[in-house]
Amino acid sequence: MSDATSTVSTVSNANTFLPVVPEWRRTLNRFLGHRGLLMGSIILGLIVVLAILAPWLVPHDPYLQNISQRMIPPVWHEKGSWEHVFGTDKLGRDYLSRLLYGARISLTIGLSAALISGLIGTTLGVLAGYFGGRVDAVISYIITTRLAMPVVLVALAMSALVGGSLQMVIILLGLLLWDRFAVVARSTTQQLRDAEFIASAKVLGASTTYILVRELLPNILSALIVVMTLEMAHAILLEATLSFLGLGVQPPMPSWGLMISEGKAYMFFKPWVIAIPGIALMVLVLAINLVGDGLRDMNAPEGRN
Amino acid sequence: MAEYALELTNLSRHFYLKNGAFKEPTLLKAVDGISLRIRPGETLGLVGESGCGKSTLAKMILGLLEPTDGDVLINDKMRGASSRLSMSRQLQPIFQDPYSSLNPRKTIEQIIRLPLQLHKMGDANSQQKAVKDISDLVGLPERLLTNYPGQLSGGQRQRVAIARALILKPNILVCDEPTSALDVSVQAQILNLLMDLKKELGLTYLFISHNLGVVEHLVDRVAVMYRGKIVEQGTREDIFQNAQHPYTQALLSSVLTPEPALGLPEVLDSSAWNQAS
Repeated sequence: MSDATSTVSTVSNANTFLPVVPEWRRTLNRFLGHRGLLMGSIILGLIVVLAILAPWLVPHDPYLQNISQRMIPPVWHEKGSWEHVFGTDKLGRDYLSRLLYGARISLTIGLSAALISGLIGTTLGVLAGYFGGRVDAVISYIITTRLAMPVVLVALAMSALVGGSLQMVIILLGLLLWDRFAVVARSTTQQLRDAEFIASAKVLGASTTYILVRELLPNILSALIVVMTLEMAHAILLEATLSFLGLGVQPPMPSWGLMISEGKAYMFFKPWVIAIPGIALMVLVLAINLVGDGLRDMNAPEGRN
Repeated sequence: MAEYALELTNLSRHFYLKNGAFKEPTLLKAVDGISLRIRPGETLGLVGESGCGKSTLAKMILGLLEPTDGDVLINDKMRGASSRLSMSRQLQPIFQDPYSSLNPRKTIEQIIRLPLQLHKMGDANSQQKAVKDISDLVGLPERLLTNYPGQLSGGQRQRVAIARALILKPNILVCDEPTSALDVSVQAQILNLLMDLKKELGLTYLFISHNLGVVEHLVDRVAVMYRGKIVEQGTREDIFQNAQHPYTQALLSSVLTPEPALGLPEVLDSSAWNQAS
């Protein structure tokens, strides 16, 4: 209500027909008006803060084993205690602490893999879209080749060959997940290649690098950010898959995929061992996808008012 | 001073259209041996129907497309002999669509200032002053400089495009249908602005249009283009009062008059000018 009155008073004061609402204010209103984006951002922000502050928040050392405290159920269970809120695993390590440290691994992998693949995919896509012709033919062939390879299979084969570790998973996923960036960058670049502001920059004597980086890239960035959120979620799920299969992050690191894998023998009798990391994974991926969807809606001109 | 501001000698551009994998491609002569001369301070109108090669010609003059044959001489110097940067200080374009000619992610000030930055002219303060001066000249309110193109009207955007073209002080402007994307009421404002600028700065215009009413309003000489060739050229009076070529006659008779009582224009038989050319 107070918002509406302030707008009205601006109109009468400024003697104009249009209410003077600054651009950032309109963006903020759009952001707050989009429930999915708001919810996704809050959840994602919370997880990021928890992950960053993990060393100060965790009640126990996530690597500390205690055989006498194995398989303690979580606090809501009748045998649970506040000492271990989410219980302990088969080696007596505190589950909450491992979960928080696992969030760091998931986010690190998601962000780094998406950044690496974003760099590769955007470069290839922009070059293919802008130059067209033979460059486009070669890059499109590379994209098709990449699309023909099943990601999980290649990732499994490669990590079996070189051995799994955090860095390996990041590099592997970064080298595998660039296809969507390339496709999106290529098609958006093609749409803008013949725009007159590009021609104008050319006539002014701007270098090709300037045109690509300063004129073209800002215009396709919003589409790429949406792809980036999708690929982050994709990378996080793939890391969990690889770790579950024993070829990703290696124990004793607390990866969520690894936690599910380690708990799978107990899932019929102590379901929380896989339910807790499973739900965490689902919530994180859901939040990232909500943010991605929301950003796409914010950028779509038809969604603006 | 150069004898001709812009001279085209036998300029041609051919395209090959693919007809499938095993068929011979068809040769399309988009621009076919055009020679034109524009004296400094003169306004030449290039008219012709859609698809006759007007925009291909403009692209070659601007250096966006390599000619198949022939040369473009700007102030008696060959295009290609000197750098793009020095060419762009002499000749600037004004494009048709002010909705696509301004980068939507840059502010108006950044857009108008870009030429100065690319040419490394002056420091930040003098560049800002130059942007303000040129905005005054084209009638762009200073408060719009911090806005984005999406917040401006079509006429305002075209003023921005004109400001950007003029900030390097070129002596030739190539206007490729500069008003066809604008409302009729705004068209006149932009045309008057272009004429005022011409008087004030002594500019040379190549004015490309399919709108004969616009051309009659502001050019000194007219060249009529049809199927990649110039079929007739002469002074404004020559062409508009005493057209010789049948295609020019047909083009002139196709203009809709503002009098509804006169009805639709009569369509002439196209075989007449196809034989003549």
